[in-house]
Amino acid sequence: MAGSPMSPVTGRTHLAAAGARAVTLRSLESTDRGDRITSAVFLSLLLLGIGIALLSLAAILVWSLIEGAPRLDLNLLTNGPSTVRPAEAGFRTALLGSIMVVGGVIFLVVPIGVGAAVYLEEYASRERWWNRLIELNIQNLAGVPSIVFGILGLAFIVRGPLSLGFVAAAGSLTLTLLVLPTVIIAAREAIRAVPPSIREGAFALGATRWQTVRREVLPAALPGVLTGVILAIARATGEAAPLLLVGAVTFTTVNPGLFEGAYSTLPVQIFNYSSRPQADFRVLAVAGVIVMLGLVLAMNSVAVWLRNRFEQSW
Amino acid sequence: MLEVEREQRSVDGQSQSRDVAIRVTHDAQVQTEAPAERELVFELDTVSCYYGSFRAVKDVSLDIQRNAITAIIGPSGTGKSTLLRSFNRMNDLVPGAHVTGQIRYHGLDLYAPKVDPVEVRRRIGMVFQKPNPFPKSIYDNVAFGPRVGGVKGNTDDLVEQSLRRAALWDEVKDKLRTSGLALSGGQQQRLCIARAIAVSPDVILMDEPCSALDPVATLRIEELMIELKQNYTIVIVTHNMQQAARVSDETVFLTMDEDRAGYLVERGLTPQIFTNPQNRLTEDYVSGRFG
Repeated sequence: MAGSPMSPVTGRTHLAAAGARAVTLRSLESTDRGDRITSAVFLSLLLLGIGIALLSLAAILVWSLIEGAPRLDLNLLTNGPSTVRPAEAGFRTALLGSIMVVGGVIFLVVPIGVGAAVYLEEYASRERWWNRLIELNIQNLAGVPSIVFGILGLAFIVRGPLSLGFVAAAGSLTLTLLVLPTVIIAAREAIRAVPPSIREGAFALGATRWQTVRREVLPAALPGVLTGVILAIARATGEAAPLLLVGAVTFTTVNPGLFEGAYSTLPVQIFNYSSRPQADFRVLAVAGVIVMLGLVLAMNSVAVWLRNRFEQSW
Repeated sequence: MLEVEREQRSVDGQSQSRDVAIRVTHDAQVQTEAPAERELVFELDTVSCYYGSFRAVKDVSLDIQRNAITAIIGPSGTGKSTLLRSFNRMNDLVPGAHVTGQIRYHGLDLYAPKVDPVEVRRRIGMVFQKPNPFPKSIYDNVAFGPRVGGVKGNTDDLVEQSLRRAALWDEVKDKLRTSGLALSGGQQQRLCIARAIAVSPDVILMDEPCSALDPVATLRIEELMIELKQNYTIVIVTHNMQQAARVSDETVFLTMDEDRAGYLVERGLTPQIFTNPQNRLTEDYVSGRFG
């Protein structure tokens, strides 16, 4: 009778079923002890990494809020700098300078960076050597120290062909060159993440390459592009070294113009205050850090808001 | 031959002769090689498709009839999709891909230097294996083609008409502004068909349109194809032989040669290919002995 579907349920069958169940359960329960320890160690290492990152960030924030608290007043934003009255001096000119310089960077870097990324991803043929050369160069540029861009800015933008002089626009252009590779690389990643089936769908409906890019690829890539822009904003706002070379003077009490007059930016001003001996100036410098963090946060939250609006899951 | 027989019979008697004529016509359609005098949409003359130096399809010659469904069947890797994509120059988008031989569309060389591939694709639409609606609203998905084609102003009627033709209107009429990606797989594929119809093409190419769908959704798409052939010429690539047998009027069978290039083994009316294939390879394939 063995094998017949009609065979009655015997004691032996019960026994076999119970045995099979027990084996299955044991195989599900018993992970090797060694394996369990390894994964626990690995998990705690990961948590440690996150912990260090979060703790140091929190430490900076808390420390600067405590240290800078005595000077967190409106004068900090509305008054110009002073070398004699640290208790009333502020960051007005530096804040305006930073907004001007970073605003200019955003204005320039988005179209140029996205344009370059679109060309490289959608138009350029990888078979051509010059396209590969451009790619390689962009990747290398992303790793060039910022001071080199400062020298470049001094030679070609402040003096040389453009001869803008030591003005905010020169700082803007220099920082644009600095963050451009980051934006291009991020935008390329974002464009590449748009599924090829979307392009095929558009082409099959008789869209030209430009229509496909303009109406389907770019809107879908926008969130990723904005991530690159966020990184660029943060970097441009915090950068001091190249600006020192292109004229961000440490002390100006007159509001800057884009193409005329001296300008300063927050990091440069903070550096200047912090190197003074008096304790009041050091408090002022820390308060400046808070202003700068606030500025970065404000600009980034706009970008994050935009990114979330256009977020797309496939 | 048909005409002659009809005339001979009509001499004999009146009511009786009509019956006979109808029966003869019916028999003749099953037996003759091609249906009587229909317009050709595509004529392929020794077409080979290459990816770089690799030849994926070699020396295919065939005709595609107007307002009929032609199925291209065959095992995997025989270049069925490649051949289909050469019909609307989608292969142009793959670096290194090119076509030799001649593909004539209504008598015109599709690969002549003066021909603009964008214009070709406006006349010859395509539906893909995996439904690929754009990440935008149902309405905007359908309106995309007309808009890039230069249609200005109100597209409401066009969108409704296209969705109706794709048998999707009743399911989506109250949610035209929701994302196309929120629809089920079968609905997404019908949205893609509606999207293709909206540019009023002449031909719709379908590259395994049902392979990602469940049987019920597949059936709906098949019914839709049979409806659509009143107005459009349809060429479908399918792995599913039952599907080819169910929907198509003509069947083309490709298989792979020793040099891994796909070639045409046999083509003919679908009933003939499935019930009375002339080639041994075709018979083995349609009876499930290989592939």
